[in-house]
Amino acid sequence: MSTGFTAAGEGVSITLDVGEVSVLTSLVAQILSLVEPGVTGEDPLERALGIGSGEVPSDPVLARLFPSAYAEDDEAAGEFRRYTEATLREGKRADARTLLETAEPGVVELTAEQAQAWLRALNDVRLALGVRLGVTEQIHDEMAEMSEEDPRYPALAIYEWLTYLQDTLVRALW
Amino acid sequence: MEVQRPEMDVRPDLPWLTIVWNDPVNLMSYVTYVFQTVFGYPREKAEKLMMDVHHKGKAVVASGSREEMERDVQILHSYGLWATVQQDR
Repeated sequence: MSTGFTAAGEGVSITLDVGEVSVLTSLVAQILSLVEPGVTGEDPLERALGIGSGEVPSDPVLARLFPSAYAEDDEAAGEFRRYTEATLREGKRADARTLLETAEPGVVELTAEQAQAWLRALNDVRLALGVRLGVTEQIHDEMAEMSEEDPRYPALAIYEWLTYLQDTLVRALW
Repeated sequence: MEVQRPEMDVRPDLPWLTIVWNDPVNLMSYVTYVFQTVFGYPREKAEKLMMDVHHKGKAVVASGSREEMERDVQILHSYGLWATVQQDR
């Protein structure tokens, strides 16, 4: 298994094997297809300004990636969403594309800017898996006691690997 | 007859707050790093706020105008943190 990220000059580096790149890129590609460009209205001005829908997404993963900004004020939350979600979607799509363009087997060297994109993209994948797998804060302990025969085991093992990658990336950037 | 107008609202403008909520996915190291990066907080302050989020379920990470707090929340959402805006009460 990969030894994670290490600091390299202004950026970071990591050595990945073919299987790791394959797992990583297929998950990030799924995020890219899930997070479609923000839907804006027919109005050309709204479209130019990226003003979109104020509705909370029905997919729980999207609802987690784009949370309501007002816990107790649905109207204010809807307005905030109308003006920000399209931009946030573009940002997450750009991060995912950066990872897909730079991930390759062997030594991957990332600039500081690319490393930021990887950091956010890894987090988006973990958030998505976390929702789909029903991850709790006890996941690490649960995994330690879980049989490898458990149907959740393979996906959770990938989740734990992504956690490790992200943690080493944070520490390489500090 | 003169209409009695309501008195002007004399309450001071209450500041707005950016709140970050605990969630089971975001790493302690990552949350600390995001607070340092987004707010420019020193590591010690960022770690204390992260621990408050972790142990108390949420923490106020910034205060100011509504516009400033909405901008903060948008940036925190770009990092995948679960952040909300509310007026101080």
